[in-house]
Order: sequence, then structure tokens, then C-alpha cells
Amino acid sequence: MTASRRLPLLLIPATLFLLVIYIWPSLGLFRNAFNEVGPTGAMVEALSLETWRATFHDSFTFELTLNSLWLSTVSTLIALCMAYPVSLFLFRTESRFRGLLAVVAIMPMLVSGVVRVFGWLAILGDRGLVNTTLQSLGLISTPLKLVFNWTGVTIGLAESIMPYMILALLAGFGRLDRTLEEAARSLGASPFRTFRRVTLPLSLPAIALAAGLGFVLSMSAYITPKLLGGGRVFVLATEIFEQATTNTNWPVAAVLAIYTLVLLLALLVVSNVVARRLQR
Amino acid sequence: MTGAGRVLSSFAALVYVLILAPIVVVVMLAFSADNFILFPPSGYSLRWFQQLAGHAPLQAALWLSVRIAAVVTLLSLAIGVPAALALAKGRFPGRDALTGFFVAPLLLPTLITGLALLLFFSPLKLTATLPGLVLGHMTVTVPFVIRMMATALSNLPDDIEAAAATLGATPWRVVRRVTLPLATPGLIACACLSFLLSFDETVISLFIAGPRASTLPVEMVRYVEGRTDPLIAALSVVLIVATLAVVLVVERLVGVARAVGK
Repeated sequence: MTASRRLPLLLIPATLFLLVIYIWPSLGLFRNAFNEVGPTGAMVEALSLETWRATFHDSFTFELTLNSLWLSTVSTLIALCMAYPVSLFLFRTESRFRGLLAVVAIMPMLVSGVVRVFGWLAILGDRGLVNTTLQSLGLISTPLKLVFNWTGVTIGLAESIMPYMILALLAGFGRLDRTLEEAARSLGASPFRTFRRVTLPLSLPAIALAAGLGFVLSMSAYITPKLLGGGRVFVLATEIFEQATTNTNWPVAAVLAIYTLVLLLALLVVSNVVARRLQR
Repeated sequence: MTGAGRVLSSFAALVYVLILAPIVVVVMLAFSADNFILFPPSGYSLRWFQQLAGHAPLQAALWLSVRIAAVVTLLSLAIGVPAALALAKGRFPGRDALTGFFVAPLLLPTLITGLALLLFFSPLKLTATLPGLVLGHMTVTVPFVIRMMATALSNLPDDIEAAAATLGATPWRVVRRVTLPLATPGLIACACLSFLLSFDETVISLFIAGPRASTLPVEMVRYVEGRTDPLIAALSVVLIVATLAVVLVVERLVGVARAVGK
């Protein structure tokens, strides 16, 4: 058919768009990483590794890396502990409200990040839900510092990556066979033993993939560390933004962005390899 | 044993409470009578909604965001749907590689895309302009439209199209009279989500928005950074209600979990 031979022509506008507005700027970002910053602070076209050397000689970069990795690890673990039961519940439930429950589970994804940050400020703030409740119960006298520090950022981040992890887990639960669990139960295993010996091992590949996704998302999250951190939480993402906009030090921003990207790629490869190993 | 098990259900219920907490708290705070974030509020009023109605910068930003999202959606569908059609119906070498190429931008963090666009747009004087913001948002929506529509189109039954072709319809007629009408629910859902994606896009906008052209999420970030009063909560309620309305439309048409599932 002549039409199906002409069908690929329909790809031209989208391809051109992505080449010009996506691929070209991405290459430009790479190119910028080899420019230098002159004594006046203005960018100088160059082809040097000076920015790279300076960035990785700075112990702050090392600190930012540790901060980012630690924050992402803790957020991902918390999110996993919340996402797993919800996903398993959604996977198994026969409720006629299943669709609605699924929508609610992924709701954070549908509500603007700034709105959710504001919600957390109202819950964790000095005069927020948690502190007023604890104070009225007489458990604490001075409010706990729960926002504008790492605690607030970790909680907010865990919540924001959770819906993505729920979807990843749901997609990965395909191999979880109800009959295997029933067999274990009928052979006398307790519900806990069944979970530990049957359900959990079968869902390990899904867990590895969801954890990888959660980690990548929290490494690159900007709004939550920025707003819930109140300027006191420094990670790679906040530094990239700071260097690009406030300091307009584009070479450094580009170097940090490429560095973050390499870290993310490495993490993705690891989580995929782990997931594939676990599948065997 | 049927259903989900009691222990599991209780765990899930607990998590649901946590998921809903920030949203419930924001809604209650929107009706607060206080001057700052105090929860529970000491009294209730509509004063923050009145404030919102008179807040010029937020309104200007809202209007700009709506205009951008509308243009972004139209342009993304215009170039994304044909591409999706080719990927879903065409049989040509390199199709899988191209599918990967089109979806790849969704994998790269918007933080990196935003930086790349800032560096690219600055010499072209496109930062803080409507075209710049539109193009920036399209790096997110075009891949999304292509992925979602390619899935929707390849799930359509092939035999109806084959029947139309057998009865003598030209291929373009088949597309126009059979394929696209069948895909209409998916198309509307896709347009709605693309609108929401653009409307909500914060990080790319933060990079390329300026004081003269600031979208609603950018203006909200600046507001929350500067002060903490319930005004943003009132705005949030308006946004949540609008988003829920759109989500309900999408749920009716295709099911949200399927639509947003990556």
C-alpha cells in the first residue's frame, strides 16, 4: 500500500521539533561544560577541562553528592514501605472502588508540587498539625523542628515519589501468582511466613525497579528540597539551579548537570541489573 | 482467603490517610481566618479567596499559564498525533528505535532539560517569552502525546480499518473516518493531560521564566519562598477542584491509571 510507505512522513514534524528543541540544546549543555568563566564572571568560549577540575577539587561537590545520595536513599526506602502495601492491596482487591482507590493512590502526581509542599508546611510547621497536636497532648513544650531542614525534605520527597513507585510496583507484580500463596497457606504456613517466603521473593524484581525509579526521581527533584528545605538543604539539584540562575555560572551548572546525569545512569543500570538477577 | 487480607488492608488504609493528609489540610487552611499557617485554624472565613480575587500578579500568572497550556496542547497534538499514527500503524525499519527516540525526553530529569533550554534560549532572546515557554513545555508534552496516542492507536481493533479499506476507502479516508473517531476518547484524554502537564510544569518554567513572563507555578514558588500565609492554600483549592474535574473526564474516557502509567 502506498499510504503505509508514506506513513513515516508523518514523523517529520515531531522529529524536527525534538532535534531542534531537545537534542540540540542537550548537546549545547554538553558543550558549555567545556567553557570557562573569565575573571569578570562572564562565560568565555573555550575547550578546557578547567571547570571540571575546579568543580571536583571543591569538597562542596563531594558534600552535595553525599547529601543527594543519602536523601534519595532514605526517601526511597520510606516511599517503598508506603507504596508496597498500597500496590499489593490494589493488585489484589476485588473492590468495585478499585479504580477510585487507584486514582487516590496516585493523587500526589496529579496535584501540583507547590500545593503539596504547602500542605506539608501546614502539617509539619511550627504551628502545624503535628506540633499543635503534640503540644495540646502535653507531649512536647516547644515545637519540633520538622520543616526547613532534612526531615521535612525527606518526608515531602518520599510522598512525591510514592505514586510513581506504586505504578512501577503494580506493573511489576505480574508474576505474583495468587495460587502459590494459597498453596503455601494450605500447606500450613502462617500469613507472615507466606509473605516472607513466597510473596516478597516473587515481588523482588518489582521492588528493585520501583526503588531505582524512586531514587532517580528524588536525585533530580528540585522543588521539594528547595521549598521544604527553606534554603538550608543543599543537594546537587538545588546547586545546579543556583549556579545556572543566581550565579549565572553556566559552565559549572553544566558540569554538575552532566555529573548528576552520569550518577543517575549508573543507578538505573544497577537497578536494572539487580532486577534481572532477581527475576531468575 | 479472598480479597486483600485484613493486615494488608489496614496498612493500605494507613498509607491512604498519609496520602490524603496534605490535601485535606490545604483545603481546610484555605478557609482559615488567620494571617499565617496555623493548624487547625482558629476560625474560618472566605477572606483568602477574596484576597486571591484581588491579587494581580497571581491572576496574570494564571492567565499566562492557561494561554501557554492551550497553545502547548494544540501544537503538541498537531505534531504528536501524526507521529503516533505512523508509529502505531506503520511497518518500517527503525520503528522501535524511533519509538525510543521519541520517548527518551521523558526519562531525562526536567532539571537538566530546563538548564539545556536556558543555555539554548538565552542567546536567542527566547527566555521569559511566550514562545520560549511554549517550546520549553513542549519538550515534555510532545513525547507524552506520542507515547500515549501510540499506545491508544495500537490498541484499536485492526479489522474495522481493514474492513473499511476492503470496501474501497482510501488509506487517508480510513484514518479520518475510522481510526481517529475510534480514538477520540483517547485523544480528548491526551489533550486534557497535556494541558495539565503544561499548566503544572514548574522546573523548566523556573529556568526560562523571567519577571515579565512568569507562569502560575513559578509565581507560587516565589510566593511560598517569600511568605507563608493561607493565600496559596486558597489558590490550591481552586487548582485541586479544576484538576479533579479534568481527572474525572479522563477517568471516564480511558481510566487514569492506564493514562498516566509509564
